[in-house]
Amino acid sequence: MANEEVTLEGLGPERRELIAALHEAQDREGYVSAGTVLRIARHLRVTETEVYSVLTFYKAFTLKPHGRHCVTACVGTACHVRGVSRVVDELSRTLGVAPGETTLDGEYTLETVNCLGCCAIGPVVVVDGEYHGQVTPQSAPGLVKAGEAKP
Amino acid sequence: MTSRLRDSAALEALRARVLEARKGFTHRVTVSSGTCGQAKGSGKLVSALRSAVRELGLEGRVSVTASGCHGFCDIEPVVLVGPLGVVYQRVDAGRARDILVETVQNGKVLDDLLYTDPRTGAKAAGTDGIPFYKAQRRVLTGANELVDPESVEDYLALGGYRGMAKALLTMKPEAVIAEVTQARLRGRGGAGFPTGRKWEFCRSSPGAVKYVVCNADEGDPGAYMDRSLLEGNPHSVIEGMVIGAFAIGASEGIVYVRNEYPMAVRNAGKAIARARELGLLGKDILGSGFDFDLRIFKGAGAFVCGEETSLMASIEGVRASPRQRPPFPAVKGLWGKPTNINNVETWANVPLILDRGADWFSGLGTEKSGGTKIFALVGKINNTGLVEVPMGLSLRQIVQDVGGGIKDGRPLKAVQTGGPSGGCIPASMLDIKVDYDTLAQAGSIMGSGGMIVVDDTTCMVDLANYFLHFTQEESCGKCVPCRLGTRQMAGILSRITKGLGEEDDIEKLESLAAAVKAGSLCGLGQTASNPVLTTIRHFRSEYEAHIREKRCPALVCKALLRFTIAADKCIACGLCRKACPVDAIAGKPKTPHVIAQEICVRCGACFEVCPPKAQAVVKSSGEAAGVRK
Repeated sequence: MANEEVTLEGLGPERRELIAALHEAQDREGYVSAGTVLRIARHLRVTETEVYSVLTFYKAFTLKPHGRHCVTACVGTACHVRGVSRVVDELSRTLGVAPGETTLDGEYTLETVNCLGCCAIGPVVVVDGEYHGQVTPQSAPGLVKAGEAKP
Repeated sequence: MTSRLRDSAALEALRARVLEARKGFTHRVTVSSGTCGQAKGSGKLVSALRSAVRELGLEGRVSVTASGCHGFCDIEPVVLVGPLGVVYQRVDAGRARDILVETVQNGKVLDDLLYTDPRTGAKAAGTDGIPFYKAQRRVLTGANELVDPESVEDYLALGGYRGMAKALLTMKPEAVIAEVTQARLRGRGGAGFPTGRKWEFCRSSPGAVKYVVCNADEGDPGAYMDRSLLEGNPHSVIEGMVIGAFAIGASEGIVYVRNEYPMAVRNAGKAIARARELGLLGKDILGSGFDFDLRIFKGAGAFVCGEETSLMASIEGVRASPRQRPPFPAVKGLWGKPTNINNVETWANVPLILDRGADWFSGLGTEKSGGTKIFALVGKINNTGLVEVPMGLSLRQIVQDVGGGIKDGRPLKAVQTGGPSGGCIPASMLDIKVDYDTLAQAGSIMGSGGMIVVDDTTCMVDLANYFLHFTQEESCGKCVPCRLGTRQMAGILSRITKGLGEEDDIEKLESLAAAVKAGSLCGLGQTASNPVLTTIRHFRSEYEAHIREKRCPALVCKALLRFTIAADKCIACGLCRKACPVDAIAGKPKTPHVIAQEICVRCGACFEVCPPKAQAVVKSSGEAAGVRK
């Protein structure tokens, strides 16, 4: 998630491209910066307020940068009845941040998601795009430590 | 690369070439590689199989396919060896060579990789012997086993795009609608509206520009059949949409996919591009004179987008809020034009109806509803996975025969159907037949087909609390009763689970539920109360135990728990002391350990790590156990 240039290439100057533009910004920057909001607004000929209104409505977009590693715990119903809340507690304790927050050193962002649709292997935790199934409160801290080894 | 197919003869010629090219292959090894399979290492397994095929010189005779999800997610990664029909489960990449040498070359079945029925201990070599598959009718999901989602050739080999060719080249749009109506196909997204009628409305709406949309915003937590279909067999959805667009008179289509399903986004995108190359999408499809093209719209994480008017708002690039119906989307939809929206599973059924006929399809279901339905059987069930059964099977058959009963032999408490919009069906009503109408009579809904099985260790108040927090968070905020009502209900439920419930809380919940239901524009608000109302109806005593005795009978609600160590059982191993995050446990070697209640945060870590042979940590609840307000 390096801060790559948000090109808005291939997107027509129409309002219907707003969500696609925000996706591009989120993917490239890891969040949507104020400067990008302004560029999107100009490109699509809408006001900045309109961009913020849509941006803050959807969960996929954030106004704050993510950490270098992203730890996402699925809190869908199946994971819930299999005890994911204890897993989230442990991850929270290990990283020292609440869900939705990033560690002070900018290394980890802890997030929850409503359902990833792999209910059979719940509780599920995704670390930097890699899915881990049947996570327990005991195994959860290891996922974060294992993530540290990566460049 | 095959060029554009100009007519049905070209399509059939390509199909014949595909089938001919396959004759040289004696075996086909398929690895279930959906999101679940990949999480369990299917990627490594596929690479290992492919390199073993090269090393053993089996190229051109044995094919290795990474297919979509086979449905039995519990035993992933699954390997299917065709044409022998042998199924291997939980296969490690290290066994790739064994499978090729022993099973493919020597025809020997590897006993240790077979599925063992936990109830009888019997090993099963093929799907016929596995109870999970035996009770199913895998009309849609079965194709996932035979198709590499990136290969249109695989789909053609199964008879793909034959239904579309028939519709576009030999039928009038009205006849296509009549066929779908006669098949008694009803919308699989939850409401169960007859698909043929929906198409008819849109067809008869005036307007030169019309749209078809595939709703793949499967937001119901605990349901994932749409992910599996779109990920595993995207061409079936594309074909269904072309047929529907032809029937309605639409020239443009959009597949609205949930952002949380990266593999579905990717596979659907590749399939659309390939279909376009072959002229199965685009101008003058198969020489019929009919033009239709498709694109993908990636959602952005909002549950309310599952509701059709919100979904359209999202495509238009604004906040996803529902609007008043009528006018229905069939009259005034995307950018004010007539629009027809069906969900993934509905679209995927359409090619089969056209290809095999309405009578065949309606014969699979009940009097009011044709075909099969895919359910996501999850939670505390032995055989977790996607289950496709004819409409009208009983809940008991699904849970016991297909699902293999409850995990660890515990008693079944309830089945939550329809996710946050649905309700719970208690164990006493297990003989209920599963279709749109009977589930609605029981106070629940079919919904998209999520079935969450819960046992005696699930607290129903906690479950209702979970759902209400979900809907409260996902409410778009447009309708005041939904925005504030769900918040109030969630607040009351939270209080009850914390032991702060009051005597009239149940009545307050019921009256709020009625207000939210009556005062909300869309399905999200109208159904948000269902989990609360059904749990009150069937499990009132659990609510009362929380409110009056400050007791959680299922021992789930943290604030009402108390952890103690039985001195006579404690072996002083020290595991609990090390596991405790707040250092609330005191103890020395050979001395029974003690939990300081004023420090304890009731996380349960001590309970989880206490060795099974000791079982010294005791979890209890209620005033009798010393829990106070």
